Amino acid sequence: MDNLTSLRFFVPESVLTAAVLALFIEDLLVRRSAQREIILTASAVAWLALTGLALAAMPAGDVPLFGGLLQQDPLRVFFCWLFLGAALLTILIVPKSRQISSARLGEFMALLFALLLGMFLMASATDLLMIYLAVETVSLVSYVLTSFRRADRKANEAALKYVIYGGVASGVMLYGMSLLYGLFATTRVTGAGGIGSQLADVTSSLFRAHAFGGQPAAQLSLVVAVVFVLAGVGYKIASVPFHMWCPDVYEGAPTPFTAFLSVGPKAAGFAVAIRFFFAAFERQVPGGGYVAVTELPWPAIIGIISAITMTLGNLTAIVQTNLKRLFAYSSIAHAGYLLMGLSAASTAGVQAILVYLIVYVLMNVGAFLVVIAVSRHTGGEDIKDFRGLGHKAPIAALALAVFLFSLTGIPPFAGFVGKYLIFAAVVQKGGFWNVMLAVIGVLNSAVSLFYYARIIKAMFLEDALDERPISVPALYTGVLVALAVPVLILGLYWTPLIRWAAAAFGGGNAL
Amino acid sequence: MSSIGLPHFLIVGAALFALGMVTVVTRRNAVGILMGVELILNAANLNFIAFNHFVATPGSLAGQVFSIFVIVLAAAEAAIALAIVLAIYQTFHTIDVQDTDLLRQ
Repeated sequence: MDNLTSLRFFVPESVLTAAVLALFIEDLLVRRSAQREIILTASAVAWLALTGLALAAMPAGDVPLFGGLLQQDPLRVFFCWLFLGAALLTILIVPKSRQISSARLGEFMALLFALLLGMFLMASATDLLMIYLAVETVSLVSYVLTSFRRADRKANEAALKYVIYGGVASGVMLYGMSLLYGLFATTRVTGAGGIGSQLADVTSSLFRAHAFGGQPAAQLSLVVAVVFVLAGVGYKIASVPFHMWCPDVYEGAPTPFTAFLSVGPKAAGFAVAIRFFFAAFERQVPGGGYVAVTELPWPAIIGIISAITMTLGNLTAIVQTNLKRLFAYSSIAHAGYLLMGLSAASTAGVQAILVYLIVYVLMNVGAFLVVIAVSRHTGGEDIKDFRGLGHKAPIAALALAVFLFSLTGIPPFAGFVGKYLIFAAVVQKGGFWNVMLAVIGVLNSAVSLFYYARIIKAMFLEDALDERPISVPALYTGVLVALAVPVLILGLYWTPLIRWAAAAFGGGNAL
Repeated sequence: MSSIGLPHFLIVGAALFALGMVTVVTRRNAVGILMGVELILNAANLNFIAFNHFVATPGSLAGQVFSIFVIVLAAAEAAIALAIVLAIYQTFHTIDVQDTDLLRQ
């Protein structure tokens, strides 16, 4: 589709770009206003609503945009809504969190919109250049937001580690992309002449890649290139061995941003991974299934990474006492579960990932919100700060218990549905190793119960360190209820989730 | 081989990549590590330009355009990274990455 027609499908991104500029200017205009927090929050929400309107008004379809740089399809729309939801929650949480000073709130909001723009692009990128640019946009803004509190030593250290790991991971990904470009002489992943169609075509340029000395060498470079590209994606979703930045950044960054970081960029990383692997290495057959087009064992590679990621995340989480670090390791573990769905390499697997991501946004942002509500009074995020929370702030404590049980994957909470669907997709794929992967997943869930239950025990069974009451703002209580109720309802009635995921990928319900 | 061909460029690219990796892993100075990251990015750039010349269909510029974008992004990343290093120096009074280890369990 040519550039002018494509613009019709690019309105949400254009609105976001305008929002970034407008928020920076507005930040200056209301500098002296006493109501600046309310004005800035309201206008950020208004810009989000405008983006949502643009997204809803966008014509549906499955078409390449800008000559194949981006792709308009239901998957893109699904992820855009997910990102909008996560951003809305973050914007509501930020002003009262006492972590971002009122003077710099506008800056924070504007940068958050820039991050959102990068994530929107990640959700639709189908060209190596576009994928790289989108990933870098998200990364660069994340570095800035992590070091937002400049006088804070922890924040600076976290940002330094983030920028070093991020620079290396994106450099490695870029090197892999350069190899892919050399193999296929194109940067397009989808479409005619793209990497996917060349791989599906027996007479592809892969076999003409004389530079690599014939076919075996070309195959080897293909494996290396894919593993390198996986490094960039793995870093965004915090999977082993690119997870080291995760705990430090989660602990050092302002907590509202940590909440966003744990759901937004992670989901965006999965959007890129789903698009890249399914467009390049799988071919859709009549009936909705997928068959591999190459000998490349990418599902096996991802399966192994998935098993290591969730095991390491869960085992390390056990010894954590700081809740932000604990949730960082738990989010690494959740990246492992999600990768399991990807390693199934099937429609059912991807649909399960989508369901899991929706639920994950609800429960993880909810859990972080309780951490924020407590730490704005105690100033700490250790488990001991949560002792006696059941008496001090019953609603927050109950909500956190719901989120933690849901994160564990216990019925009747929504987390169970997500996990069950992922395990089912892997088992459905069949084969000894796939079943083993599911078993490892179930064992890991059991391990995770141990450290989640420790928090619940501290909240309800242990006496508080002091009797200072914890007052939760009405806004926070409202958001907590709005997050906890769907977690409960979707755990019992999950048809809407499945219907939504089925509409976003594959067209039919494969779950 | 008498003339310079694609393999020569690829070998230089791979060597740059390896040197960048070694720099990142062995340096303790934050600025030194960032230099290693730049080496990795330029290794990929060299690959892109070499492939564009030797492999891509004549007249196509995808590889060269890619490398220009990478150069721009590398500049942006360096700006942010150096700002962070400056903030590290102001709070820790050192830019040795082994001395910035508050966050460790």
